[in-house]
Amino acid sequence: MTNTGNKDTRSGFGAGLYEIGKKDPRVVALCADLIGSLKMEAFAEAFPQRFFQCGIAEANMMGTAAGLAVTGKIPFVGTFAEFATGRVYDQVRQSICYSQTNVKIAASHAGITLGEDGATHQTMEDIALMRAMPHMTVINPCDYNQTRLATMAAAEWKGPVYLRFGRPSVPNFTPADGPYEIGKAWLMEPGEDVTILATGHLVWEALEAVKILGAKGIKAELINIHTIKPLDMQAIIDSARKTGAVVTAEEHLVAGGLGELVAGVLARHCPVPMRMVAMEDGFGQSGTPAELMNVYGLNAANIVAKVCELR
Amino acid sequence: MQQAPYSVPDYASQIRRDIIRMVTSATSGHPGGSLSSTDFMTVLYAECLKQTPGQWSRDGRNMDMFFLSIGHISPLFYSLLARMGYFPVSELATFRKLGSRLQGHPSVENGLPGIHVASGSLGQGLSVACGAALSKQIDGDNHKVYVLLGDGESEEGQVWEAAMFAAHHKINNLIAMTDWNRQQIDGPVEKIGGVGDLCAKWKAFGWRVITCDGHHYDEIRQAYAKANEPQEGPVMILMHTNMGQGVDFMFDSHKWHGKAPSAEQEKQALAQLKETIGDY
Repeated sequence: MTNTGNKDTRSGFGAGLYEIGKKDPRVVALCADLIGSLKMEAFAEAFPQRFFQCGIAEANMMGTAAGLAVTGKIPFVGTFAEFATGRVYDQVRQSICYSQTNVKIAASHAGITLGEDGATHQTMEDIALMRAMPHMTVINPCDYNQTRLATMAAAEWKGPVYLRFGRPSVPNFTPADGPYEIGKAWLMEPGEDVTILATGHLVWEALEAVKILGAKGIKAELINIHTIKPLDMQAIIDSARKTGAVVTAEEHLVAGGLGELVAGVLARHCPVPMRMVAMEDGFGQSGTPAELMNVYGLNAANIVAKVCELR
Repeated sequence: MQQAPYSVPDYASQIRRDIIRMVTSATSGHPGGSLSSTDFMTVLYAECLKQTPGQWSRDGRNMDMFFLSIGHISPLFYSLLARMGYFPVSELATFRKLGSRLQGHPSVENGLPGIHVASGSLGQGLSVACGAALSKQIDGDNHKVYVLLGDGESEEGQVWEAAMFAAHHKINNLIAMTDWNRQQIDGPVEKIGGVGDLCAKWKAFGWRVITCDGHHYDEIRQAYAKANEPQEGPVMILMHTNMGQGVDFMFDSHKWHGKAPSAEQEKQALAQLKETIGDY
């Protein structure tokens, strides 16, 4: 798989939202003063009757979306991941998840690659928060194409969805037509020596790692875990049984992230040695996305290093 | 809307009995605010709300919708819904008990008719009602969306986010009510959170405000009629009420916000409330 040109995943969301909005009149969108950042302009301009500017009031936006959903609409709420989770946890819990309202939370600027804005805006714990929530589906696509497909799939999925994507331009390498199915892990590179489970921006890094490992004679299997919840446990267990070693890679804290989730699955079903590429406990800092990914070891080199620890 | 078979005072007296009996039987719950909201909520369901109990649907299509933001007054809400025919009155005996559809605070998990969303964690209902009202506007559905808030609840910031949003978007099919009973768990509202002059606050947020004696049936009817006149934006009806209305030892006291009566106190309360329709 090769990079067809760098693009931001948030633009994939904007494109997917516009396309599904054209197709399905039930789709509505809400934004909290971040239309440009979320790439929601195309939808807002094409469907002004179905777009609601909510101002800087995220709690109200979540509740309003719940009311739109109860009455049969499919609302997408757009804001930064930090404001889509921590700031409104109770609204998401009561008015969306416990009330089983069909709201799609589009969370941009997730993770450390938000960059220069610093730790106030760099949520590295959102996956933990959202995956703990009953009835919530959690999706973390890897590039522009996958984010576009995931957005359209989220609209068709029944129930609340947390769709996480990012700010920076990153390699766009998956095919425009997928495959994409919520809840079904994607085997991107078959191998037999070690399993790499990667999600979000780390999938590209994992692909690079597979190449480096190949040059060392290590055949790594790479699985794209775009859906954190429901987790495709069978794909993970089958691969772990085959390779006997697992490395996870994610742009998130160790606490409550993909690594801990996988560790729990393996402990119950197929204990094998494993390592986690994730950020240790702590807040981030200002810097460029590339600098920050390197400082916190969220890169191909660290994935390779973790694989080598297991051998 | 069908004509309700009993008079409003008969419903209200029976509903107050149900509230006392349900909370006593559950040994927990919130009688004070349930009793303060009883009169205007009974008028709403018996005479104003365009809903047919047997045809109620969660999506509220082609009917008025009601959202209870103060979910803790569930004893009133459940009794009202049962007495109006949304579900069997006998189910009131299961309130707060294991496996019941009548959860401590309203839930949609078991499909209890009359409930659109869960509530209990305060401050969220007005936002949800805004969304439902906007949805009706998109659909060209001329029905109204009602929502009930509390004065204590109005200490929550989200209420004012929603207040600003509704006025900004001129949501003119939205009718909010506040049960202004002046009491909250820890004491009188003015000593605890100081919501102050709610009338001036809602006006300042761009709402039309109607004030009303929330225990005076004719005033309540007039308030709903005024609120249903064509509007340019959202309407707030401030219902002046008394915590614990109808039971002397609960009257105007924050101590009965969230406390169940003893068996002896239940007897005293029921002696003051006429059994009009028949206990469940």
